[in-house]
Amino acid sequence: MHGLVNRAIQCFLHDSFGPGVWTAVANSADLTDVLGADGFEAMSVYEDAVTEAMLTAACDRLGRPRESLLEDLGTYLIWNEKLEPLRRLLRFGGRSFTEFLYSLEDLRGRTRLAVAQLDLPELELDEAGEGTFTLRCRACPPGFGHVMAGILRALGDDYGALVVLEHLGPVSPRSDEEERRVHGRQDELLSIAVHDPDFHAGRRFDLAGIGAA
Amino acid sequence: MDGPPEPLTFRLAPGALGHLMPLYLWLAPDGHIHCMGPSLRKIMGPAALGAPLAEVFELRRPRGAASLADLTRAPALRLNLRAAPHTGFKGVAVPLAGGEGVLVNLSFGHAVREAVRDHALSDTDFAATDLAIELLYLAEAKAAVMGELEKTNARLNGAKRTAEELALTDALTGLRNRRGMDRALSGLLAARHDFAMLHLDLDHFKQVNDTLGHAAGDHVLTEFARMLRDSVRGGDVITRVGGDEFILLFPGLSDYGPLERVAGRILDLLRTPIDFLGQACAVGSSMGAVLSRNYDSPEADRMLSDADRALYASKAAGRGRLTLTEADGTLATQAP
Repeated sequence: MHGLVNRAIQCFLHDSFGPGVWTAVANSADLTDVLGADGFEAMSVYEDAVTEAMLTAACDRLGRPRESLLEDLGTYLIWNEKLEPLRRLLRFGGRSFTEFLYSLEDLRGRTRLAVAQLDLPELELDEAGEGTFTLRCRACPPGFGHVMAGILRALGDDYGALVVLEHLGPVSPRSDEEERRVHGRQDELLSIAVHDPDFHAGRRFDLAGIGAA
Repeated sequence: MDGPPEPLTFRLAPGALGHLMPLYLWLAPDGHIHCMGPSLRKIMGPAALGAPLAEVFELRRPRGAASLADLTRAPALRLNLRAAPHTGFKGVAVPLAGGEGVLVNLSFGHAVREAVRDHALSDTDFAATDLAIELLYLAEAKAAVMGELEKTNARLNGAKRTAEELALTDALTGLRNRRGMDRALSGLLAARHDFAMLHLDLDHFKQVNDTLGHAAGDHVLTEFARMLRDSVRGGDVITRVGGDEFILLFPGLSDYGPLERVAGRILDLLRTPIDFLGQACAVGSSMGAVLSRNYDSPEADRMLSDADRALYASKAAGRGRLTLTEADGTLATQAP
């Protein structure tokens, strides 16, 4: 897993539950040999097993199911002000939450344009009916859908939309896509219902941002 | 006599349109491809002309669009070539005046680099107003800069590791120093695995220093460090925490057996005096040991002072021996 992902999890554990929890997780996951003095390096790539060990240790330590912890991670990514650049990049996706949902199909390509080694799962949006969508996270690391659920919930709020989300669980890749299968990985499905795109004012977003002044 | 004003319409020759939008598609009212911009013609070949749109492109959004009106209603189109390399496009469709079909303008979006590579495109294949070339430039420049930064990063990391290593290492013996011992000990305590600690110092070291000089003393310390290295297992930690004071940490030990064997080997090796330029330096070692599992919640200070207490029991009993701290805190000094 890319260092950016591992570092995000590290910061989430550290900021949400305190430095003691992060240190305990790093120790019980046997990360001491992998980590620098400041934890993960954002621009290094680590073995997937490292991320897996860290998540398992975090769930053990906090006594929380993996699903809810990962969803909180997603919310943290949007709401923590340290990660404002990430929120901004996602808000580039469109003026409304629905437009943003469609932009998710571009997320993987855009991310790779920015960080070539950061390989996010492919996201595919299907309109199931008026204002209801299905998001398919293709060949994703287990639990990625829950992170997406947290991100979407927080961003729905950010846009001021009233959104109801449900993780529909892991599913097998579509049969016509055998060649896309990655060993040990499944697709995960989310259902998204946008009940009111303008439920409240939401948070401000300027395309120009502060850097372009 | 003037009727209502004519609605304003453009009339453009296909060549001019192609200059403006090299990736345009003109769909006839029946949905067939009637005309294409020059870059799209280069990508798809002349065979695409006259073919139905759905035969050449897979329409991903709006999914299941049935009519041209579906295309012009959608805020944006996403489609990709049915044939390899399945190049993806974004697009916008507008109806042409007079019911002459639909005009679609396409762009590669974020996949522009792949498209340029797969179809051998050049800057003349893009409109002069298209930001694609700027995007390519930015992507290349960013990759080059990131590459340089990564190299800098690797250099800094190497330097940092060396500095850390130096800060934790005893220059004379190459063993870890006091700081290195503290770090290793807190690591073991945090991991909550069993381990053993052996505290030792050299007997008669002061005489060697006083009678034969500091060079002899340094030589004895270096030789002793080598003996320690030769006596322990791979994962054990050897540290020099002061003048002639050493602390050994044995991760994973829950009884004294292996530690006693190490201590025995060291005492054996010291039976032969260390030679320094033809002079025999006779030193011994007094040792004290503790086990982490003998504590309800082991702490560094407590373990260090208990190991120290055991070491002094060895000294008091006549030096050159090992004292073990039992589970109840009593000391068991062994015969040399």
